[in-house]
Amino acid sequence: MEQLLEDFSLGLFFWQSLLFIALVLLLWKFAWKPILGAVNDREEGIKNALAAAEDAKKEMQNVTADSEKLLKEARAEREAMLKEAREIKDKLIADSKEQAKLEGDKMIKQAQAAIESEKKAAVADIKSQVANLSVDIAEKIIKEQLSDKSKQLKLVDDLLGDIKLN
Amino acid sequence: MLFSFCKNSVHLHRFLETDILNGMRKTFLIKFLFVVALFFSASTFASVKEDSSEGEDKDLKTHIQEYIQHHLKDSHDFSLFSYDSEDGTTHHVGFPLPVILIDNGLKVFSSSKFHHGETVAEVDGSYYKLYHSKIYKTDAAGTINYDEKHHATNEKPLDFSITKGVVMIFFTCLLMFFLFRGLARSYAKNGSIPKGVGRFFEPIVLYIRDDIAISNIGEKRYKKYMPFLLTVFFFIWFLNMFGLTPLGVNVTGNIAVTAALAIITFLLTNLTGTKDYWKHLFDPLGDSMPWYGKILLYIILIPIEILGIFIKPFSLLIRLYANMQAGHIVVMSLIGLMFIFKSWVGSPLSFGLAFAISLIEILVALLQAYIFTMLSALYFGFASEEHEHAEAH
Repeated sequence: MEQLLEDFSLGLFFWQSLLFIALVLLLWKFAWKPILGAVNDREEGIKNALAAAEDAKKEMQNVTADSEKLLKEARAEREAMLKEAREIKDKLIADSKEQAKLEGDKMIKQAQAAIESEKKAAVADIKSQVANLSVDIAEKIIKEQLSDKSKQLKLVDDLLGDIKLN
Repeated sequence: MLFSFCKNSVHLHRFLETDILNGMRKTFLIKFLFVVALFFSASTFASVKEDSSEGEDKDLKTHIQEYIQHHLKDSHDFSLFSYDSEDGTTHHVGFPLPVILIDNGLKVFSSSKFHHGETVAEVDGSYYKLYHSKIYKTDAAGTINYDEKHHATNEKPLDFSITKGVVMIFFTCLLMFFLFRGLARSYAKNGSIPKGVGRFFEPIVLYIRDDIAISNIGEKRYKKYMPFLLTVFFFIWFLNMFGLTPLGVNVTGNIAVTAALAIITFLLTNLTGTKDYWKHLFDPLGDSMPWYGKILLYIILIPIEILGIFIKPFSLLIRLYANMQAGHIVVMSLIGLMFIFKSWVGSPLSFGLAFAISLIEILVALLQAYIFTMLSALYFGFASEEHEHAEAH
């Protein structure tokens, strides 16, 4: 310890402190600040570039996803349009069928009604004719039979029986 | 056929070339270390030999010892080596340095006046003598008075001389300034990409930032300590390396230098200490114990903590000083052994040992710089801690 104190040189201590502090300050200003700054900038730059690359990648993914979505939408729209067209077509066909059927039915009904009325008319006509005929026949018969009284009565009975059957 | 042969030979040539280049790169470092070690030994070799022939009465062992002692100390002139000419006078090769004394006013003169301690320097009517690398005030005859322990009792003027150590410090400062300013400029020029020596130094700077500063001090506060940590690391490393060159100036093995560095660490630690740091010192237990319990403990704890503030930087200064001093002593002693053995077996053996130790010293030079920086960062980390002590302890 004594030897250490003996060796201690105040002059050297003074110069060392002075020069060293000056060196620290000078290097601080002229070397360490720019060096550390440059290194920091570089690291920041690398970090930013990596982040930018990552962003670009994400953007690309987004763009692809978007286009895919658009494509899907378009496809769905086409599908929907086709479906709609098919429906319209089906409906049109069904409608026209219905209408045709209705028309047909109506015509058939009309025809049936016409037939019925014709038939009625015909029957009525036949009835009147039959009546006329019967009257004529009766007239003739009466004319003929009335000569014989019993025959007349018998005929009347027969005729009456026939007419009832009719 | 011929074409393919040519192609093959070119290929082979290239292969050989790269192989040789790689080999060269590997061996270059080893060669470099070898040359450094060799230079160091060679220069010491010359000096020791001259010294030994200078004083015939002294035996070789004490001579080597004295030489080592002299080398470890700072000196007032920058001597490279000395030799004896045929007429018996000793010639010193080197250059004198300015001596600055404060003794009844400022006195500045060249150290050549001392003639390497052989004569008394007379300045403005005062007489000064160099004795064991220190300047003493004497009478005209240069008498040195001793006490019973053989210590000189003469008056010592305040010595602010530009010594060998100061010159090396100044040189290192200049070197570092131009080196790192150049590095900073190359960043500005090349768009933040290092070039040349920057490729070597940048990883070290980054290592100090990431693994020493950030990991010990923390992301939030490390920035303000960076200039000191970087400077102190390179400063110690460069000076340690200069100590291993043939110049062999033992700057970092000087207690005044390491003390100055450690005091800066001490001041930085305590001046930038946070509230938590001081709380940790004077109230280490926090709220985990009632006050009457703490008082008893604190009678012991607080003095220990306060002592710790001073012991930490003191260990820094002693560690660096002792390591570098010891390294120099070991290497020089081993080199000295060569001249003691003077045999075909012993001398090569001690040369080999000296060489090996020199290589280890190159590692130690880096290691000590790293340890100093690392521990400084650790202490700064203590000073800038910010957390709840009650939970942490």
